[in-house]
Amino acid sequence: MSALIQCEDVWKIYRVGDMEVQALRGLSLTIEQGEFVAIMGSSGSGKSTLMNILGCLDQPTKGRYRLNGIEASNLKPDQLAGIRNQQIGFVFQSFNLIPRTSALENAQLPLFYRGLSLKEQRTQAAAALRRVGLQGREHHYPTQLSGGQQQRVAIARALVTSPSLLLADEPTGNLDTQSSQEIMRILDQLNRDEGITIILVTHEVDIAAYAAREIVIKDGQVLSDHLTKGRPTPSPVGG
Amino acid sequence: MSAFVWLTILTALRILARNRMRAGLTMLGIVIGVAAVIAMVSIGEGAKQAVQAQIATMGTNVIIIFPGVTSASGVRGSQGSAVTLTVSDAVDLKKRVPLLSDTGWAKRDVMQIVYGNRNWNGTVNGVSPSYLTIRDWSFTSGGSFTQTDVESAARVALIGQTIVGNLFEPGEEPVGAVIRLKNVPFRVIGVLAPKGQSAQGTDQDDVIFIPFSTAERKVFGTSFIGSVGAMFGSTDQVEDLPMAAEQIREVLRARHRLQAEQEDDFTIRTQVDIGKVQEGTSETLTMMLFAIASVSLLVGGIGIMNILLVSVTERTREIGVRMAVGAKRRHIVMQFLIEAMTLSLVGGVLGIILGVTGAKLTTLIAGWPTIISGNVILLAFFFSLVVGLFFGLYPANKASRLNPIEALRYE
Ligand SMILES: Nc1ncnc2c1ncn2[C@@H]1O[C@H](COP(=O)(O)OP(=O)(O)OP(=O)(O)O)[C@@H](O)[C@H]1O
Ligand SMILES: [Mg+2]
Repeated sequence: MSALIQCEDVWKIYRVGDMEVQALRGLSLTIEQGEFVAIMGSSGSGKSTLMNILGCLDQPTKGRYRLNGIEASNLKPDQLAGIRNQQIGFVFQSFNLIPRTSALENAQLPLFYRGLSLKEQRTQAAAALRRVGLQGREHHYPTQLSGGQQQRVAIARALVTSPSLLLADEPTGNLDTQSSQEIMRILDQLNRDEGITIILVTHEVDIAAYAAREIVIKDGQVLSDHLTKGRPTPSPVGG
Repeated sequence: MSAFVWLTILTALRILARNRMRAGLTMLGIVIGVAAVIAMVSIGEGAKQAVQAQIATMGTNVIIIFPGVTSASGVRGSQGSAVTLTVSDAVDLKKRVPLLSDTGWAKRDVMQIVYGNRNWNGTVNGVSPSYLTIRDWSFTSGGSFTQTDVESAARVALIGQTIVGNLFEPGEEPVGAVIRLKNVPFRVIGVLAPKGQSAQGTDQDDVIFIPFSTAERKVFGTSFIGSVGAMFGSTDQVEDLPMAAEQIREVLRARHRLQAEQEDDFTIRTQVDIGKVQEGTSETLTMMLFAIASVSLLVGGIGIMNILLVSVTERTREIGVRMAVGAKRRHIVMQFLIEAMTLSLVGGVLGIILGVTGAKLTTLIAGWPTIISGNVILLAFFFSLVVGLFFGLYPANKASRLNPIEALRYE
């Protein structure tokens, strides 16, 4: 069976005026189904650029990217949208919930584009919210939730479709230590219990420590790639 | 897909409710446009139907021939000022123009009508019996005169409702009563059913009919025996009117020995011509409405487009999120199109309510007849939908072409 993620000599080149910015420079990477990977590296090293390509939000300028055996480098926008909807969940640093829309409706959103019936959307979104410990908050608006809670809604939205891949670009970047730990525990559990592949970008060592594998990026290339010693013992998710 | 559409409509309504002020101002153009169309079409239709009802009182498929030259609007000089038409013209026309099912003639004069100690100045018409059938006169009591009445120049009269109202006591039966015209006694043998105002605004019920022969010999002056004030013809089919009019013209020109370069010494008007003159006015009104409506709907549409472009910019991040979780281009297009159509439809419905209210108030206050047709309402509804669709297309398309990464990063 092929790996979940296969990057071969991936380049991403931005043109800004006459200038050429090489954000990714021949990066190659393989990630298996079920892994929990932390991507680290200094600012501007190309982490977000890579995450966008892995998440099918963007396509490489050169090189090949295969997700679940599907060549994503030459798909059309709507086909990419379909893949994102079916296989990928996103968690962003800035939560990116839709304002003035309840937690439940935010969590429903991917199912909405799957064309499920309203009833199915509701049940599955409510279940996803329960999994991140937000039962009872279904009808809260984002402004009525703390940062940590908003990020948990975002995680519920990401996992509601049971994706094979969850991408989190600095998910704890806007959170305090305690909320960060809660988020990480949820992600850890999703990885352990459901086998969801998680790729996480972070600048913090103790966050990266939750992952089993650590990849360091520098100047758009893989600088180092190794398994970490171990993971903290999981503790129950707080409400 | 239906769950998607339904939820998108709900979302659109929620956004609309959230920005009531903004939505209201945006919709104003549509509201005014639709209201103007509804109100004015209703008033126009009401006026048109009133005119048509008046024209219908002329009779069915009627052709009128006046002596002398008449202006195009149908307004003419005093009837009978020229003595170019005669009874024999009318009789001959019936023989030589087969399209005419009948011809009739009339001559009139205004005189004092006396009954008991009451009197009234009214129009007395000497008419052929066929005149009454051509003009579709019917009776509320009594009946028309007979051929015998005509041959014997009997002193019998048919009287209109206005005359009845002015000469008789309420409830008094006029049939059988004797009235005096120029001091000549006439027995009333029929009371005419009311016709109301003519298309020219005269009271058609202020009328007395007596046999043409009686009028010539006993009431009107004896000069120009055989001349008529006007001739009337009718055809079976309304389509035959123009052809019949042309044939009448040829026959009359020949009978009057007019040379090719001479003008007609008579004027022919068909019921259709008269209707057209009246409809011309309401057509002008309709064109004006059309202009007002187009401009308002255009302005309304541009307003919707503008507000949608603002909305697309404001909600760039939201669009990015939607794209990230799997919204395809058509989903984003649909979302904004539905928002645009919701705006324009709500505007349209408000406009319909306003327009219908306006029309009803016009009837109530100014007393103008108005007709609110379901078609106009349907059309207004449809138009506001189309405006929303058309002007929503550009913003919706713009939103759907956003790059998801840039949209997600948008501040
Ligand atoms: N849309 C763009 N246009 C031009 N240059 C870009 C664009 N996006 C990223 N870059 C450049 O590509 C390089 C990599 O950017 P990227 O966002 O991937 O860095 P990063 O590793 O995520 O940094 P950080 O840790 O600060 O988030 C940077 O030099 C950045 O300026
Ligand atoms: Mg980044």
